[in-house]
Amino acid sequence: MSLRADLSIIADHVRSGSRVLDVGCSDGALMAELRDRKGVDARGIEIDGSDVTAALARGLSVIQGDADTDLADYPDASFDYAILSQTLQTTRRPDRVLDQLLRVGSKAFVSFPNFAHWRVRASLLWGGRMPVTRSLPIAWYETPNIHHLTIDDFRAHVRERDIKVEGSWFLSGEKLTGEAVANFRAEHAVFLLSR
Amino acid sequence: MSEDQRFGPDRRVTLPGPLALDGGATLSPVEIGYETYGTLNAAKSNAIFITHALTGDQHIASPHPMTGKPGWWARMVGPGKPIDTDRFFVICSNVIGSCMGSSGPGSLAPDGAPFAMRFPVITIRDMVRAQALLLDHLGIDTLHAVVGGSMGGMQALSWAATFPDRVQAALVIASTARHSAQNIAFHEVGRQAIMADPNWRGGQYYADGVSPAAGLAVARMAAHITYLSESGLTEKFGRRLQAREAKTFGFDADFQVESYLRHQGLSFSDRFDANSYLYITRAMDYFDLAEEHGGMLANAFRGSKTRFCLVSFDTDWLYPTSESRNVVHALNASGAPASFVELSAPFGHDSFLLDVPALDRVVSGFLCPEC
Repeated sequence: MSLRADLSIIADHVRSGSRVLDVGCSDGALMAELRDRKGVDARGIEIDGSDVTAALARGLSVIQGDADTDLADYPDASFDYAILSQTLQTTRRPDRVLDQLLRVGSKAFVSFPNFAHWRVRASLLWGGRMPVTRSLPIAWYETPNIHHLTIDDFRAHVRERDIKVEGSWFLSGEKLTGEAVANFRAEHAVFLLSR
Repeated sequence: MSEDQRFGPDRRVTLPGPLALDGGATLSPVEIGYETYGTLNAAKSNAIFITHALTGDQHIASPHPMTGKPGWWARMVGPGKPIDTDRFFVICSNVIGSCMGSSGPGSLAPDGAPFAMRFPVITIRDMVRAQALLLDHLGIDTLHAVVGGSMGGMQALSWAATFPDRVQAALVIASTARHSAQNIAFHEVGRQAIMADPNWRGGQYYADGVSPAAGLAVARMAAHITYLSESGLTEKFGRRLQAREAKTFGFDADFQVESYLRHQGLSFSDRFDANSYLYITRAMDYFDLAEEHGGMLANAFRGSKTRFCLVSFDTDWLYPTSESRNVVHALNASGAPASFVELSAPFGHDSFLLDVPALDRVVSGFLCPEC
């Protein structure tokens, strides 16, 4: 099974043999890939019990927990990378979660769906309805996403917080798209951050 | 290896000891009742030690010699089962202090009479040290894993803390790193019920065969309630009456739940020794893994290479999820590889003994990631 596009970018850029904490690791697909392909010591946090069970059945070390509260249990710089893939928008305080990520990890990968993508804009502008798209496929009343953000919001946030952007990738479907028009054209963004 | 008399069902061994106990006494000789299943591989790297709960025993997947019932974890241990005896060499021993073949209050002291209350008070760590002696006897250095639920989980944690180099993985189910005041309180009710039985006689009841069965039955009834969930009890019994149309306005077992508990209590007193119940509940009450490590639970696992997995059940109010989380926090702080999941099951604390398919997946995945 091939990895989701944003996970595949992250997997390509994690150093072999490093220590990784995958926050919101789902069923552990990325962790298994990192372990098998790159000899990474991977740990995960996942809120959903059945996902944790699935990851455990793969022999992964996964803790059922909540990114908003449980990152505080980890010592400073206990990982080379902390990964937060498509989870930032579901947290209660994304700013604090980012701080925690950059505390427990020397670097952090963060990926999220871009709420400024043209299809989202068109849906709200012309339809007058909250968008239900490929990257935001769930209706307003049941979406786990509570802090929608755009690529430009994220750029502004990390600039204000003096967080360094060491790398960025923008995805339209499975394909990479350019940085300049990313806020309009990209459905997903992946950032590599450090303090 | 099959002709090796050390391996197989229903084994007993007397080890010379001495075993230095936490309470200051020493035990010598040390008798251990145990069973093994499967085959130890040439590298001796496939051994799994399963530790039993308060009133459990070594008959994990073989019929109980007194009740004839299947082993207490027969659904989990066997060929092709989550703890696969085609792949693993499984050891289960009766804890010291108990009454199924290991040294306990019913064993004979050097003067030829049963120890009774002269048996030294033991701890969870003492039980584990005795298990390590057994492991030496079996010629096994390192365990692929130690697995236990409830008091078995306390032993699994104690194994990893006491012998970190001998344990590659520890699976701790529905357990805790320390007994809470509430846990101790329930145990004290049970002990007082036993000691209030006129047949207890300071524990000296072995000679004439009249034991404090009524007190032990009450202790079991009280404990049994803590093993179930309220919704489970309601679903199973509600307020239904037992074999009658109307209330009797007396003190017979009018309600089904009363009759069920009486049956649980009586059948338990047929198979378990009251003094053993006192000693083992005491060992559990004394258990506090943080206290043994300078008050910091994380210190118990500092530098440990052991992989850990903790499992709790959402309906378990005896050792609730917060107790497992407490251990997970300590494991994170110590950097040990740890997994944790809260499984949903209706059976309360007893869920680890019952049919919970998600538990099977967790157990087999954790024990055998490469399978």
